[in-house]
Amino acid sequence: MLKRDIGGIVIIFVMPLLLIVTITLIQDSTFKNLEGSKIPIIFIDNDKSEISKNIKYELENGKTFELVTNYNEKSAQDAVFSGDYQMAIVIPENLTKDLNSNIDSKVQTIVSSFGLEADSASAKKKTEIKAKDIHLYFDPATNIGFKNNVMNAVNKMVFEIENKKIYKAFQDQLGTTENLDENKNLISFKEITPTKGKMDVMPNSVQHNVPAWALFAIFFIVVPLSINLVKEKSQGTSVRVRVSPTPYYIHILGKTFTYLIICIIQFLLMVAVGIYLFPYMDLPQFDVTGKMFHLIVVTIFAGLAAIGFGVLLGTLADTQEQSAPFGATSVVVLAAVGGIWVPVFLMPEFMQTVAKFSPMNWGLNAYYDIILRNSGLTGIAKELIFLFLFYIAMVTISIFYERKQNAV
Amino acid sequence: MENIIEIKNLYKKYKHAEEFSVNDISLNIEQNEIYGILGPNGAGKTTLISMLSGLIKPTSGTFKINGLSPQKDGFKLRQIIGIVPQEYALYPTLTAKENLMFFGSLYGLSHKKLRQAIDESLELMGLSKFADKKVEQFSGGMKRRCNLIAGTLHNPKILFLDEPTVGVDVQSKKAIIDYLLDLNKKGTCIIYTSHHLSEAEEFCTKIAIIDHGKIHAVGTPEELVNRVANAENLEDVFISLTGKELRDVVV
Repeated sequence: MLKRDIGGIVIIFVMPLLLIVTITLIQDSTFKNLEGSKIPIIFIDNDKSEISKNIKYELENGKTFELVTNYNEKSAQDAVFSGDYQMAIVIPENLTKDLNSNIDSKVQTIVSSFGLEADSASAKKKTEIKAKDIHLYFDPATNIGFKNNVMNAVNKMVFEIENKKIYKAFQDQLGTTENLDENKNLISFKEITPTKGKMDVMPNSVQHNVPAWALFAIFFIVVPLSINLVKEKSQGTSVRVRVSPTPYYIHILGKTFTYLIICIIQFLLMVAVGIYLFPYMDLPQFDVTGKMFHLIVVTIFAGLAAIGFGVLLGTLADTQEQSAPFGATSVVVLAAVGGIWVPVFLMPEFMQTVAKFSPMNWGLNAYYDIILRNSGLTGIAKELIFLFLFYIAMVTISIFYERKQNAV
Repeated sequence: MENIIEIKNLYKKYKHAEEFSVNDISLNIEQNEIYGILGPNGAGKTTLISMLSGLIKPTSGTFKINGLSPQKDGFKLRQIIGIVPQEYALYPTLTAKENLMFFGSLYGLSHKKLRQAIDESLELMGLSKFADKKVEQFSGGMKRRCNLIAGTLHNPKILFLDEPTVGVDVQSKKAIIDYLLDLNKKGTCIIYTSHHLSEAEEFCTKIAIIDHGKIHAVGTPEELVNRVANAENLEDVFISLTGKELRDVVV
């Protein structure tokens, strides 16, 4: 029967795959530095000394940027603001010299305050040197996340160089031969990730994207399901169902079962793409080892929630013109609210509260609990109950509405 | 003979409508009758049939079908009635057989019984060789015939038909009428609306002419023709009772 509508099969099964591949590729490349895909940025060195050379070295070896140097500040500004380059970094004149003088002067002051002898000539020289600005120009269309990342990286580089300089100044003033800069980072970060056996579970773009966009695709079942119910009304087949002794809820259960199978097939196909296709596309493999059963359980409950919503929409809508655009838009809204696009914690407080009522958020949390947090069924029980209650609520409202409309 | 349908003071007024679509109709229909409900557009025929078949709720009044009340015995009632709506109430992308299997299964027929009923009905309606063709490929007449089979697979005691022969050729019309006569012979009471007065005159055992939601005359076709002076056929009776005014209806 399915062979009769190849177009329908393509839309239901192939489009979600296309979606998941495209989104994962895009999101993966945002965080991953691929060979040959460096971002060209303008670098202007007016300092031409130690600090600017250090910054240049760090940027060149960071594998993210390709430095373009044949610009002055004015032309660089024009090029960036017109969108030719994502950004420009301008190192001011005498940055190294002024920083050195500034640090020397401050270190001498500190050393003197301890009653230690400082170089009398330089101690007297307390010239106040104005703080220097490294100018960063960004294309106004640049993503804020990228902008913040770059600013943090430059900040870190400058901070480390300053640190080194301060240690060096103290060494010179105190005449010690011990290398104070040896333990560069007295405080460092260590990310502790969930473990599976002895292995660390490292989240990557695929582990995030496959469940998130699979859920989005599953919820899109709302559109064909609601259209199907509206069509039944307009072509008169619902009349036969209504006058038959088979209760309306059995009809709804039949639809639930059929569409649930579609949801599961959709999910399995997306998982298969994550496991077998992604590695060929230079993407990390989707790891579902030991988690498949739990993932299918979540898919069933998320599918139920989506089907419930589709049934309600199809029951309330009178025309396809009402159900199709409303269905599509509401799924996009639910996805946005549910944290598919923007993590919930980044949302304003009010929206974070709203997100708690989105079935997509419950589904997403359940998937993440399994994939990223190694939870079992008990860990996701709350989300599963919410999804099931959502289905029951939607179907109950539909049945009552249908009865009220057609009661004899 | 025993009444299979008893209607008492039935009214229906749709939301936002100014007039009643069905206005105080009381009617008794006997077992084994072929009952024609005739009237111009907007007379209230479809509304009356929709109420009797349980599709819409009356504003007031009561009716019983085979002694069963729609409010109390909804399930039992739905088991004994069949409906053939005016539109082709079939899934266009399914074959005739698939459609009939689906609609037949709503009445809880066993797979074997259902297959047998489908095969027999398709044969009677001349659709056997198209059983595995999609309904969307059917002509208007074929769809009408298939539509009729879908409403009768469970062998209903009462069958409601809303314009079952509209838009079909003479051959299909004959096949439909023969099929209905056969059903009636087997004990099905047929309640039927139509604009084809000559067809009704030939086919119905009793006729009610309704207009503006009210019944204007009830009787056998002969009785109705004899009741109106100078009337030669049902059409003369119809014009005499409902007038020559055009009835354009906006739903």
